[in-house]
Amino acid sequence: MGALADLNDESLIDELQRGAFSYLTEYVNPENGLVADTSRQDSPCSIAVVGFALSCYPIAVENGWMTRSEAVARTLATLRFFAQSEQGEQPDSTGYKGFYYHFLDMKTGRRVWQCELSLIDTALLIAGVLTVGCYFEGIGEEAEIRRLSAGLFDRVDWRWAQNSTETLMQGWKPEFGFLHYGWEGYNEATILYVLGAASKTHPLTPGSFAGWTMTYQWEHLLGQNVLYSGPLFTHFFSHAWIDFRGIRDAFMRIRRSDYFENTRAAVALHREHGARNPRGYEGYGPNFWGVTAGDGPGDQYLRENGRDRRFFGYMSRGVPYGPDDGTIAPWAMLASLPFDPIAGLEGIRHLLTRYPQVCKQDRFSSGFNPTLQMDGSGWLSEGWYGLDQGLLVMMIENYRSGLIWKILRDCPHIVTGLQQAGFTGGWLEK
Amino acid sequence: MTQPFNPPKWDSIDEELFLHRVRPDGWRNPEPRAVYDLVIIGAGPAGLAAAEDACRLGCSVALVEGYRLGGVSLNSGSVPSKVIIRAGRLYTAARVAEEFCTGGTSALQIDFGVVRARMHRVGARIAEYHSADRLRAKGIDLFFGSARFSGADEILADGVPLHFRKALIATGARPRLSDISGLDTLEYRTSATIFEMTALPKRLAVIGGGPLGCQMAQAFCRLGSHVTIIQNDPKFLPGEERDAAELVSLAMARDGVEIRLNTTVTKARLEGSVKILETINNGVKDHVEADEILLSVGRSPNVEMLGLDAAGIAFDTSVGIKVDEYLHTANAAVYAAGDVCMPLKFGNAAQASARIAVQNALVGGEGRMNDLLIPWCTYCDPEIAHIGMHIWDAKERSIPVKTYTVMMQDVDRAITDGQDLGFIKIHTEEGTDKILGVTIAASRASEMINEMSVIMRAGMSMGTLADVVHIYPAQSEGIMLAALAYIRDRRKVA
Repeated sequence: MGALADLNDESLIDELQRGAFSYLTEYVNPENGLVADTSRQDSPCSIAVVGFALSCYPIAVENGWMTRSEAVARTLATLRFFAQSEQGEQPDSTGYKGFYYHFLDMKTGRRVWQCELSLIDTALLIAGVLTVGCYFEGIGEEAEIRRLSAGLFDRVDWRWAQNSTETLMQGWKPEFGFLHYGWEGYNEATILYVLGAASKTHPLTPGSFAGWTMTYQWEHLLGQNVLYSGPLFTHFFSHAWIDFRGIRDAFMRIRRSDYFENTRAAVALHREHGARNPRGYEGYGPNFWGVTAGDGPGDQYLRENGRDRRFFGYMSRGVPYGPDDGTIAPWAMLASLPFDPIAGLEGIRHLLTRYPQVCKQDRFSSGFNPTLQMDGSGWLSEGWYGLDQGLLVMMIENYRSGLIWKILRDCPHIVTGLQQAGFTGGWLEK
Repeated sequence: MTQPFNPPKWDSIDEELFLHRVRPDGWRNPEPRAVYDLVIIGAGPAGLAAAEDACRLGCSVALVEGYRLGGVSLNSGSVPSKVIIRAGRLYTAARVAEEFCTGGTSALQIDFGVVRARMHRVGARIAEYHSADRLRAKGIDLFFGSARFSGADEILADGVPLHFRKALIATGARPRLSDISGLDTLEYRTSATIFEMTALPKRLAVIGGGPLGCQMAQAFCRLGSHVTIIQNDPKFLPGEERDAAELVSLAMARDGVEIRLNTTVTKARLEGSVKILETINNGVKDHVEADEILLSVGRSPNVEMLGLDAAGIAFDTSVGIKVDEYLHTANAAVYAAGDVCMPLKFGNAAQASARIAVQNALVGGEGRMNDLLIPWCTYCDPEIAHIGMHIWDAKERSIPVKTYTVMMQDVDRAITDGQDLGFIKIHTEEGTDKILGVTIAASRASEMINEMSVIMRAGMSMGTLADVVHIYPAQSEGIMLAALAYIRDRRKVA
């Protein structure tokens, strides 16, 4: 791994961003734009990954990794698929009420695994749809991108997904109806509420965002003042698209903070947790952190060296309340670049030097656990996850050029949604 | 069933002693007085506290109990459950101790018969203070038998009319039943009967993830049963904050409890001798097999059979007797206290409310139930204790909250004790140093919350708390650490 470690910061980041992006072109079905959830054989498409992929095409154009016409073609294939695929109550449709099922067959685009119609994943997809709708400003095919983008956005029935309550459900299944897992407290859903508030056709009820923020928990924790949410990714997802620097909703106005500052605090908290390493996990330290949702070693229990060791499979991990089984997401420190470049870079350099196996083909794996030794090295998630790669491309770009943030600052839907949700100040006033 | 019931010889002596104290054989009810200053129905924590307070005030008191003295708390609640929990904790600790002891303890097996015997011994000892003999010696007229109002100022105690100037209803609550189809056709247990089990079940299914369900699921799992807990909601302990509820979930999973959240029991049936619970989770059907079932889905107030209408007392079969903030019922001479009228169904709340009711009834006090600060605790490991407001209570009143949290993993004594799972959360009114409420998840949270009870009752602020020198090392030092974090944070913000 000498090559990566030898690069200067700028080249290293470029290389890793390029590596992450290559996932999105390698694991795509160019016919319909669907991108695989993971690199594993027979992986279905995750609609959230498609949302990230769409958002990455403008980045690829600006960085010269794709020609504009290639990006337009890929974008159009994707948008046409979502515009034309079946929406309805049939259990194998692609979506319903403008929302989409979480996982789709890569070829047919139909629902697989009896999965749920996912609100948050649809929001991430639609965020990508809006990104390309704002970026491609030309005529001809680019005009069609804008037309399709507007149509897909307008079709989503956010109001329906409230199920006559104040806040949003988490999903819906044709076999069962609405699903509610008790979504209490801050999490990655900010973008979902902002998009829902922006709709002209089926907007959320006016108090919806405020209703959600009622469940927030403002906490002084491990030396940080933070709007708490355990898994690190929840502090990233909405920020991949929206520039939260200096804009504040009612909650943040009282705290004289903003959501960007809050993610900075969350990053510091995760780093501090790594340094304190209360469970004595192998590897943990100030440059080894990032506990979040992702792949894990699988359910197993060990009592080892006088300590309980319980490991989990794919799950949402968090700190400091847990679950934390010693698994970190190797990509998470790099994704922290826009919030704390020093912490992100120091962490990544340490990781690449000490555990180079976590980054194959310049792509970070989903999970790594050196506490659970297997064949002389720590447990490592096989292959790559699309979400991680897409998020990395966007976060690195926002850190370097602010491209996605800039595109969406000029997106009328995002501006309206933020205003409807009560955000003021900063760039919203300009 | 894995283990036959094998009681030690001394068990029968303790059990006899217990019964003698809570309901003596051959007890003869006293000749009633012409009129009593106070007649109390129910001799649980509320009724007993009221009887003693009224007695101290020099009033004539009649106490009517339909079953045994001590109420649910002593007979089938707080006291016996703590014995079971203690046994589970010790057994778990013994297996940890194995790692730094020589000789090995792996052969240790729980003897459920001895655990039950200890339950009786402990019960007998605690029953002594409020024993029938003692109550009589204090001058309290104790009647065993049914009680019902026969008029606005008259109660029939075991058929004998008692006239009162004031009366207090303290009949408590009982396990709520369920309308799960088929459940009635097979034998199941509730909190009232769980401790009557004579053998440790091989497989125990717990329906309901409230405090009692979680406590018992974890305790029986630790004793060696395979426990499955089924909860309707997406989280356990619906009355607690998310982080506390999730911690309980993690702790139960760590101990080996099989967790089924977001799951509804649709039907119960018997297959041979195996009890089957059919379940549904987000549309997916499944089932749980068990040898014993514990139903713990809440509590129903004991309001039936009391002839409340005859005394003009308003009630509701689900919320209980209707009282105002002074614990006054719709009948000017009758008060109520404890589980029969309060949403917080805990022994300490029952006693505190009874004392207020006695003051209000007998010496014209104006004590209000709302002024009480009542701490409570769920005895899982770690224990979950709370006092004062939850974040949602504060938000309903538009009070901005800032929470100061100390993780038990950062408290030295918790580390030395190997009990570092949990946290102390002190909710403050943001921008002030006022304490609104506290949640503690810690091995000894039930002890630690009492410090917060004193602090909040005294109206102490975070600033003052930071000046209170604590023992080092002690787990309660974490409370001071939270206050010190507040001081540092205030300086930073300023």
